[in-house]
Amino acid sequence: MNINLTLIMQSISFVLFVWFCMRFVWPPMIAALTQRKKQISDGLAAADKGLKAEAEAMVQAETDIAAAKSQANEIISKAEKRGSEIVDEAKADAKAEADRILVAANAEIDQEFNRAKEQLRTQVASIVIQGAEKVLEKEIDEKAHTDIVNKLVAEI
Amino acid sequence: MASEITPKGYIEHHLTNLTYGQFPDGHWGWATNVAEVKQMGFMAIHVDSVLFAVLLGVGFSFFFYKVAKKASTGVPQGFQNFCEWVIEFIDNSVRGSFTGKSNLIAPLSLTIFFWIMLMNMMDLIPIDWIPHLAYSMGIPFLKVVPTADINVTLGMSMTVFILILFYSFKFKGPGGFFSELAFQPFPKWLMPANLILEGINLIAKPISLALRLFGNLYAGEMIFILIALLYSAGWVLAGAGVFLQLGWAIFHIFIIMLQAFIFMTLTIVYLDMAQQEHH
Repeated sequence: MNINLTLIMQSISFVLFVWFCMRFVWPPMIAALTQRKKQISDGLAAADKGLKAEAEAMVQAETDIAAAKSQANEIISKAEKRGSEIVDEAKADAKAEADRILVAANAEIDQEFNRAKEQLRTQVASIVIQGAEKVLEKEIDEKAHTDIVNKLVAEI
Repeated sequence: MASEITPKGYIEHHLTNLTYGQFPDGHWGWATNVAEVKQMGFMAIHVDSVLFAVLLGVGFSFFFYKVAKKASTGVPQGFQNFCEWVIEFIDNSVRGSFTGKSNLIAPLSLTIFFWIMLMNMMDLIPIDWIPHLAYSMGIPFLKVVPTADINVTLGMSMTVFILILFYSFKFKGPGGFFSELAFQPFPKWLMPANLILEGINLIAKPISLALRLFGNLYAGEMIFILIALLYSAGWVLAGAGVFLQLGWAIFHIFIIMLQAFIFMTLTIVYLDMAQQEHH
């Protein structure tokens, strides 16, 4: 068992290897490890957050759908109401129009009737006079007799 | 060497380092036998220990450097998985034992654990392969397990010891450090006894670190050598030796890991004690 210079050389190389390890090996490896740890925990946190957001979105979607459904129902009932209103209005309009047309037609009929009566009256008068002239075959004071005839006519 | 082996020669051969050093007459050269190694004393280098230690250290550093350079924060692939697993393991050990904050302790622990483990693993290579190859290339001795060389383990533990002293001075100050050594566990007037006790306590740390690792690996290698001796002792013993070697190698994997882990953990604990204000 002889102690010799080997001891010193071993010490020197030991120091050099430790220095090398400390300078070039340990820091990058530990940096990579801690970095990866951080990435994994970040990823897990993000996944958690995503799940929570998904659940929230589901709830939100359900309330949205419910709201849309009730709104649609409201619109449909409104439309139905409006439709029946329109039908009623149309009915009322048509009835009014029919009444108006009926009244106008009645008035026209009355007018025609009166006119025909008037015409008939004048024609009857002249016919009566011509007839009387022929019957009497006598000059008649046209003026005086016209009055009489007119009175007669008026009595018709 | 096959022709002239004796058990004693074989064991001695396996336990002798390839040594380059200063001969008593002052010139430097390779030692060619055990006696010459003894003559060289302190001024000698175990070239095989240093060579394998540095090769493994460089391999380990290069491998981790390659992985660290490509380290991505995405899904880890292949070697990155392995390295991250090792680094997390070391990081957890350091966090569990070291209460202060330091950028040095974790890389130090990684280097200690992995480097010692690799050096220990040299023990699993069948004991004659590399030395025999070297012998056929004209290299007389080769010990491939650096941690079975007391110089290597003591070199590492002395470096740790210097760090312990450095941390003690840094965090407690010279006065605090001295009072820790001199004023406890006994009252102040028993200062010499305190100094002796605490001094031994302090010195025991690096010595025990080095001797524990060295002892385990040296003993492990010795058992491999003894098992290998069975191969030249007839068919029956050689057949038993195959199973013994396999069994010991499997058990030795456990020792390899355990000793690397113990060295690392104790280093962390000692440095933690050094930087802690206590009492």
